[in-house]
Amino acid sequence: MRRIIWLLFCREWRLAWRRPGDLLNPLVFFALVVSLFPLAVGPEPSVLRTMAPGVIWVAALLATLLSLDGMFRSDYEDGSLEQWVLSPHPLELMVLVKVVHHWMMSGLAMVILAPLFGMMLALPGSVLPVLLMTLLLGTPVLSLLGAVGAALTVGLKSGGLLLALLILPLYIPVLILGTGAMDAALQGMPVTGFALWLGCLAVLALTLAPFAIAAGLRIGVSE
Amino acid sequence: MKPLPVELDELACERDQRELFASLSLTLKPGEVLQVAGPNGSGKTSLLRIMAGLLPASAGDMRYGGESVLRGSGRLAWRQQRLYIGHAPAVKGALTAEENLAWLCALSRPVDSDRIWEALAKVGLRGFEDVPCQNLSAGQKRRVALARLYLEHHPVWILDEPFTAIDKAGVAALEQHILAHAGEGGMVVLTTHHGLDHLPGVRCLDLEQAG
Repeated sequence: MRRIIWLLFCREWRLAWRRPGDLLNPLVFFALVVSLFPLAVGPEPSVLRTMAPGVIWVAALLATLLSLDGMFRSDYEDGSLEQWVLSPHPLELMVLVKVVHHWMMSGLAMVILAPLFGMMLALPGSVLPVLLMTLLLGTPVLSLLGAVGAALTVGLKSGGLLLALLILPLYIPVLILGTGAMDAALQGMPVTGFALWLGCLAVLALTLAPFAIAAGLRIGVSE
Repeated sequence: MKPLPVELDELACERDQRELFASLSLTLKPGEVLQVAGPNGSGKTSLLRIMAGLLPASAGDMRYGGESVLRGSGRLAWRQQRLYIGHAPAVKGALTAEENLAWLCALSRPVDSDRIWEALAKVGLRGFEDVPCQNLSAGQKRRVALARLYLEHHPVWILDEPFTAIDKAGVAALEQHILAHAGEGGMVVLTTHHGLDHLPGVRCLDLEQAG
């Protein structure tokens, strides 16, 4: 069991590194959106500071959404998913590994870049740990929920728009909690409540989403 | 483990409210090769996908050694017994032939790289072990997928159009390998438009007449 997880992880890494374009797409998008805002609204730090939580979170959300469509598509088209579904190993576990890998390539990379963009948007240093923590708890939820949508639309020729419509409403709680925590931190109020709610969502998504993703892929493959 | 017979019992398949076949019953005994024939759209691939466990049957049952493999606990046991190679060969273009095979085999049981190289040599891909598969021709990609037949030990093979894009010598080698597998008591179900009449002991199921 441990071996298959490791082998799958190596496979995903190899695939990602051999097509670095796919890897960089969401990150470049995230960086572009965040860095265009100060140019558009002007360099006034007080304006930027109030907008920063919203800008960073919306950019992270859209960047994740952008990367979702391709998550299972190529594996579906070349028949790899059929072999996964037919394998004696639990599909839920394999999709979880795949989503974790997807998150490391998009969510975790955004978390690492976030302090830089936070400073660019004039966020005070004391708020940066809160930004990191909320992104660290929130982006896995984005990847996991998004994978459910990607699995359900995998058999469709152009599922991109449908995927966005399906998934965006589910992203809204994460967006509200993430930006709410940041606003509270900016005003010097406690953020524990927001963090606990985000943690709840993360745990819930981590435990339940793999089953939904696997069920969606089974349906997609049997079409 | 000794191979057991595969029984189809009144199996039916419906796609988009169209009946492809119904009341399909047959027994595949160890050592038999079954060629599923019929015109395009007659349900050959659907039958193979039902047998593999990818598609639900609309009615009927399928048993391996007397135990249902479409429902209940037999489903999991069946996953260890059959090898399915579909239309899409499940070969990733960005990975090399060796990496592809290592992963595909690991899905059931990991094999070491010496055996993968051996198998690639047997399908005529010596020297292509570490070439990314996107640089291989369609026939060579198909050969990478078919190399699994030399690596895995499932008693039942379910092959959808295995001869597509393969040259004459490759087809002959594959036919011999299929016969050898049947000779050891294995079972093979395959669809192909290529005639297999010259091979001894190949049964033919014509879905047009059956349906």
